[in-house]
Amino acid sequence: MRYLPLTQQERADMLARIGVAGIDDLFADIPKEKLLTALPDLPRRKSEMEVERLMGALAARNVAAGGVPFFCGAGAYKHHIPASVDHIIQRSEFLTSYTPYQPEIAQGTLQYLFEFQTQVARLTQMDVANASMYDGSTGCAEAVLMAHRVTRRRKAIVSGGLHPHYVETTRTVSDMAGDALVALPPDVRASEDIIAAIDKDTSCVVVQTPDVFGNLRDLAPIAAACQAQGALLIAVFTEAVSLGLVKPPGAMGADIVVGEGQSIGNALNFGGPYVGLFATRDKYVRQMPGRLAGETVDARGQRGFVLTLSTREQHIRREKATSNICTNSGLCALAFTIHMTLLGGRGLAELARVNHANAVKLAEALARVPNVEVVNRSFFNEFTLRTPGEAATLVEKMAARGVLAGVPVSRLAPNAGLDDLLIVANTEINTDDDRAAFVAALQGALAR
Amino acid sequence: MTIRYSKDHEYIRVDGDVGVVGISDHAQSQLGDVVFVELPDVGRKLTAGGEAAVVESVKAASEVYAPVGGEVVAVNEALTDAPGTVNEDALGAGWFMKIKIADKAELDKLMDQAAYDAYLKTLG
Amino acid sequence: MNNQGRTTRIGEQADAQHKTFTGARALEANEPLIFEFGRNDVTGVDIDAPGAFTARLGALAREGAPDLPGLTEPEAVRHYVRLSRMNYSIDAGLFPLGSCTMKHNPRLNEKMARLPGFADIHPLQPQSTARGALALMDQLSHWLLELTGMDAVALTPKAGAHGELCGMMAIKAAIVARGEAEQRRVVLVPDSAHGTNPATAALIGFEVRAVPAGADGLVRAEAVRAALGPDVAAIMLTNPNTCGLFEREVVAIAEAVHEAGAYFYADGANFNAIVGKTRPGDLGVDAMHINLHKTFSTPHGGGGPGAGPVVLSGRLAAFAPVPFLRKEGDGVALVEDRAATQAFGRMSAFHGQMGMYVRAFAYMLSHGADGLKQASEDAVLNANYIRASLRDLFSQPFGDKPCMHEVLFDESWLKDTGLSTLDFAKALIDEGYHPMTVYFPLVVKGAMLIEPTESESKASLDLFCMTMRDLALRIKRGQGEPFHSAPHFAPRARLDETRAARQPVLKWTARKPSVAAQ
Repeated sequence: MRYLPLTQQERADMLARIGVAGIDDLFADIPKEKLLTALPDLPRRKSEMEVERLMGALAARNVAAGGVPFFCGAGAYKHHIPASVDHIIQRSEFLTSYTPYQPEIAQGTLQYLFEFQTQVARLTQMDVANASMYDGSTGCAEAVLMAHRVTRRRKAIVSGGLHPHYVETTRTVSDMAGDALVALPPDVRASEDIIAAIDKDTSCVVVQTPDVFGNLRDLAPIAAACQAQGALLIAVFTEAVSLGLVKPPGAMGADIVVGEGQSIGNALNFGGPYVGLFATRDKYVRQMPGRLAGETVDARGQRGFVLTLSTREQHIRREKATSNICTNSGLCALAFTIHMTLLGGRGLAELARVNHANAVKLAEALARVPNVEVVNRSFFNEFTLRTPGEAATLVEKMAARGVLAGVPVSRLAPNAGLDDLLIVANTEINTDDDRAAFVAALQGALAR
Repeated sequence: MTIRYSKDHEYIRVDGDVGVVGISDHAQSQLGDVVFVELPDVGRKLTAGGEAAVVESVKAASEVYAPVGGEVVAVNEALTDAPGTVNEDALGAGWFMKIKIADKAELDKLMDQAAYDAYLKTLG
Repeated sequence: MNNQGRTTRIGEQADAQHKTFTGARALEANEPLIFEFGRNDVTGVDIDAPGAFTARLGALAREGAPDLPGLTEPEAVRHYVRLSRMNYSIDAGLFPLGSCTMKHNPRLNEKMARLPGFADIHPLQPQSTARGALALMDQLSHWLLELTGMDAVALTPKAGAHGELCGMMAIKAAIVARGEAEQRRVVLVPDSAHGTNPATAALIGFEVRAVPAGADGLVRAEAVRAALGPDVAAIMLTNPNTCGLFEREVVAIAEAVHEAGAYFYADGANFNAIVGKTRPGDLGVDAMHINLHKTFSTPHGGGGPGAGPVVLSGRLAAFAPVPFLRKEGDGVALVEDRAATQAFGRMSAFHGQMGMYVRAFAYMLSHGADGLKQASEDAVLNANYIRASLRDLFSQPFGDKPCMHEVLFDESWLKDTGLSTLDFAKALIDEGYHPMTVYFPLVVKGAMLIEPTESESKASLDLFCMTMRDLALRIKRGQGEPFHSAPHFAPRARLDETRAARQPVLKWTARKPSVAAQ
């Protein structure tokens, strides 16, 4: 077997050195009757070539985003990733290292995490960011738990513009922990009055911008209302590229910012692994979940980095930890950092502008198509289209015409009575030809 | 002024109705470099044996329990910026809080210096 | 006459204290932060400006570009390559980190994960356009169930601790469904457990009751029975446990737990020792997470991303979170809507760590049933070989007896030498090794937990053991003084963690000049 270096002779020699007769003597603590006598029902070992053939056939049964005009978003976005990003993250020293528990021989990881934290803090205009979460949705659930710790209250109010999967993820944790969660109904036009829902028991208000329907939301009045009641404002975004063009949540008064960082440096991967961004104010840093890299000096006086404030974490606090999280999303955070470094603030702004321009162009083209309507007043690179019938059916019909047109709202919120709505994203990858194909496929599908 | 110790290594230095509470020199040396101290709010009512504060070193965190019941009348704010004081002067400048003692009889359940020293020897 | 000749003698021994102008030491750079040399007006990505258009941002456009420096591609590549060279990695050497399972990461798996049909598909594109992805998830699920002897699997948890949370949530949901939520509020956790276990239980409102391990490091069924009662919801038991030992009384423990009406959660962090040898389902386990990044070798990536699917017994299967796969026609479909199911909820957006499923799938295909079993046996053999090679010089907390995939030593052999486990670990760094796991499990004083994995050759193990022996002998001869200040040859000497925690500097700022101050 190509991954197992021991020869039969070596195995025998080693057993002799150990002083046992056979390998099963080393498994003697397993009750005899529970030892497997036959091999598990899996195929036998396969060569590289065979594995490639089998898995290539599976992969070929999927329609890859890069092969068709592609408009799916709603929390995961297809962007172009510079070739150097994947090259660097595949370096052995990054790919096959562990959590930097021995900082003397892990400065590479620790320094990029420090750079990542600084980038995220600046991007969101917050004081401090952690070294990443699993993804945006789990980060959102963690932010609510953190707000409960800070405010010592246990009720969260969740906007109807928050991604329904984020709502469900957060609700699951809240329900299990015995906390209260009030979720406003899906809010397609960003017209809800969330401020009216805030009271003295409110621990936090969770608002997404751009929201799941694509609308941009002004957080400043909500932040003021939160402050008046002693609640925290948790701002969420799922499209990190938007921060190149729209006002950052930190500038609108958010207390905690949670975002999905996939858009920058990370492939779609059918939903994961992604990377959660998490930032807050200095005064809350000890209540923040997740790992933190910090600067210090070594015994020779050289600058170096270590994981710090780890007493918040589970391996020391056990049942009193701020969270049960062990891992972050290290390699995805590295991909984010490299791509972000290549872009710089200027490149991100330019990229965001192209995204917005492309979405505007499609919205304008759709304004000329009868029987459909863009419902948003504002948007960044995705908007919601009202269609004459079921959006899910329309998407299937358009897929049959070779266009992946977007995400039907019914896929995310199946029982909300919003079956006629389609979330459509445009990024820098979409060409004028793609948009023409979208319009043609839409008209073709609607005509039949 | 008398000093009493708990089995959890808190001390209380009694001065009239008020006791100054901190962690013993043994406790600070076991923890290692103290990096953070979380203190209770002034005015909080504590019960004997209840959680009163948290003290953290780089690799360990530990609850500090109230050796006797009473109301917190002062906390040592200086520890927020200089937690290392706990290591340097646990019994002096490294105090955590002052408690207005509710029931002085509770002091009798604690150890005096000699008893505490003997107790430490049993811990090896 | 040729006048190109020059001296090739190596000269005098260079002074170790010799200072360079750049702060570099030959191949090892002294690399600044991007904020110290990047420029805000530079970008390494060429983007064509869009034509004229009317913005639709409402009044929420930001002023100016984000305050972030950029680098061109050559600068960025050099920067991150230089950083990478300060990292130890499994590709570069033995990584004996106990309980972490640093085995070889086959590159084929990386190649497969990057096939556009897997990497470039959107989680919410029509299921009809992702049949191959769903088929892979379905096949992976079946294999995980076959290897564990369980009934259902929740694939979505994003890491081990997240899987633990998922499993405990399934248990809580089952208890709620039985109408016993008020009554059963306690979770039993052995004191040797990993810190995530009590953290997870507490997070969802359980109280933690510790169960002491016996003097041999094993949990006794008797001790569990004594702690069980009508208030107990579950036990969380790691098996093989954190001391590298198989819990011999696991079947009796499971029976006692079930008799008391509670559930058995197994922490599957060490499943890699027993794949193909025994099945948790056969031992009475109700829920167990599997760290794909340990047992099935998806890369650790410097601390993630991981993946922590949870397998469930028939008693808990109905409560598995959405999304899950259901047979439909001759294929499978994802059930994403919680309505009309007993699912307890959702662990995260979308469908979990597909990129990790693909890698684990390639690993399982490559190994096959025979290779997976051989891998477990080799992992256990290697650990015991290390034990046999070191047992005369190092001390074992529970005596010299066979271990599973990792061998545990304590620091009693260092008594009166003035040196600690930490010093020993740092000395290993100078020898070119990543240290073993130290000070874990907490129940063993100065623990050294060594997990070689099946990826090591006999020659590699021999050299490692000789190194360990040499260090130990030097200490025993009283020559251990230099270890106090080890490592001497790493990119950094020991770092001041007290300073990092007392005055946290968690991001770079222009105002506060960095301590580097070169």
